[in-house]
Amino acid sequence: MINARFSIPEREPAKRGRNLIPSPVILLLLLLANPCWSAGEGGYTLRAHVDLSDRKSLQRGARTFVNYCLSCHSASFMRYNRLGRDLHISEDVLKENFMFGTDKTGDTMTVALNRREAEKYFGVAPPDLSVTARSRGADWLYTYLMTFYRDTSRPNGVNNLAFEDTAMPHVLWQLQGWQEPVYKEEVHEDGRVSQVIDHLEVVTGPVEKPQPYQEESYEETVSDLVNFMVYLGEPIKLKRNKIGAWTITYLLVLLVLVYLLKREYWRDVR
Amino acid sequence: MTKRLLALRDWVDARFPLLQLWNDHLARYYAPKNFNFWYFFGSLALFILVIQIVTGIWLTMNYKPSAELAFASVEYIMRDVEWGWWIRYMHSTGASAFFIVIYLHMYRAMLYGSYKRPRELLWIIGMLIYFTLMAEAFFGYLLPWGQMSYWGAQVIISLFGALPVIGDDLALWIRGDFVVSDVTLNRFFSLHVIAFPLVLCGLVGAHLIALHEVGSNNPDGVEIKDNKGADGIPLDGIPFHPYYTVKDIVGVVVFLIIFCAVVFFQPEMGGYFLEANNFIPADPLKTPEHIAPVWYFTPFYAILRAIPSQFGGVVAMGAAVMLFFFLPWLDRSPVKSIRYRGWNYKIALALFTLSFIVLGWLGLQPATTAYTWMARLFTLIYFLFFLLMPFYTASDREKPVPDRVT
Repeated sequence: MINARFSIPEREPAKRGRNLIPSPVILLLLLLANPCWSAGEGGYTLRAHVDLSDRKSLQRGARTFVNYCLSCHSASFMRYNRLGRDLHISEDVLKENFMFGTDKTGDTMTVALNRREAEKYFGVAPPDLSVTARSRGADWLYTYLMTFYRDTSRPNGVNNLAFEDTAMPHVLWQLQGWQEPVYKEEVHEDGRVSQVIDHLEVVTGPVEKPQPYQEESYEETVSDLVNFMVYLGEPIKLKRNKIGAWTITYLLVLLVLVYLLKREYWRDVR
Repeated sequence: MTKRLLALRDWVDARFPLLQLWNDHLARYYAPKNFNFWYFFGSLALFILVIQIVTGIWLTMNYKPSAELAFASVEYIMRDVEWGWWIRYMHSTGASAFFIVIYLHMYRAMLYGSYKRPRELLWIIGMLIYFTLMAEAFFGYLLPWGQMSYWGAQVIISLFGALPVIGDDLALWIRGDFVVSDVTLNRFFSLHVIAFPLVLCGLVGAHLIALHEVGSNNPDGVEIKDNKGADGIPLDGIPFHPYYTVKDIVGVVVFLIIFCAVVFFQPEMGGYFLEANNFIPADPLKTPEHIAPVWYFTPFYAILRAIPSQFGGVVAMGAAVMLFFFLPWLDRSPVKSIRYRGWNYKIALALFTLSFIVLGWLGLQPATTAYTWMARLFTLIYFLFFLLMPFYTASDREKPVPDRVT
């Protein structure tokens, strides 16, 4: 049984409120350390485990993606045959298990769902997910998929810690079950007391998990999915580090040669 | 074979000053022998200009300058064009690298007084290049048509609206529409791929001609032309080719190692070179929470925000860039190089450097009260560096300058 208890860090924006003027040295360190963007809505972050060298994980993530996400969300910049080639999925398996809307492997991963219809159902059309891992970041995606919780005031009956009042229903509820928030009291500076969410707890375990998901925990499923979405955001990421390592090795050799050339020419100066 | 090539050279030379150009600008252009680390950045800037032009040509082959297709065409380049990702990352990293190198190149001039007589015009042409480069980068940043592209352009263009009387009409004229739209994208594309690169190349040519007319300065700030041998060649000068060509190749390779480390391992550079929000397609109906320009504009953006009135902010921002033009006349020191300057200038330059970096950092942060006051303090320091320069340089206590380079 899954025990999805995790503590939730402080909301990030709160840190930015009061600031003593830091010394220039600290400023410089901050300048180097602090990326300029923040994730946007909400501020709870769990850490995703991204490992693009884990091909099995990417394949499992792709499976979850086409089974659950691709019904509403497109990934319209991604082609099926690229997916097959990069993740070593044969064309037959690809057609059989990954392609539901088309049988042409050169097609991109689009959805049949009409955008206007979708807006009527959800209030907002589900965004294309091709580069979402690049705009939101892996940690945000992981947190988002882990922190759906019951909230009867919402049209879909769920809310989310990473994305407050999200329009998306908890599509993966079969795999995770339902979570309820556990509140704690927070005392404000003016003495006011309010209830804030401390953590989430699974109250109804997952029922009848579909076959391939029975052996893995929900965290693993989401991890694989996020891993896949990182790949989806930039397919060349699988290879570019390797190409970079060769390029830099070549340049280092070249550096020795051009340095020796320079030294030879400069021998007669001074 | 060699004979034939020599004959061809002579044939051309009888009709075009080939040898003369080669000699004037390379083989018999005498540069001081004591160039240090800071003197790599001129040739590196030229090298990056070539990278940007070549990668730009290839990007243009697949990019679609329309609001409907731009974002998707960039992803098409990233995924479906052979080596498209590499060309695109070279171009996006090249933009930031260009500014890093140009800022270091300008800083070199401030360290060694390279803008001082007789190089005032060389400095002014250089500043025009910097201006053109800022415009070029600004136009190019709209092209991926992401949220930051869109809203960054929206904010910067609306600054022109703050000018009195003509402001609103001017902003409308620049956009060609009431908001940033397909029309704006199309004209920015035109300006980015034709108009400004042409101006840039012309100015770079003029910069080199002016440089080779007056000769290069050096870390000692001594004029090598004042000490010539019997043959009329400066005693401390060496021919640019082959000495500095082989040396600059070393600089280029070192640069490429760092450049490739970014291109292949950290193309987003933690959000500084490619912003996360720019992976969301432009949405005119949804303003991002926090709009910050790319890092190379942030010092000026911080100055803009530091001034309470919008018009005042625009004026201050403009002045912050324009003041560089006047450096040759604001600086009253008889000495060029920082090596022989007194403490007044050394302290002033250190404070200026600090304020430029801190303002650059502040420009990336949300404008909280504390940050705004910090920005005001450092804006003041920034301007005082220029405005008080005639006084603190005139009263500085310089060290004696040697006759020859050391």
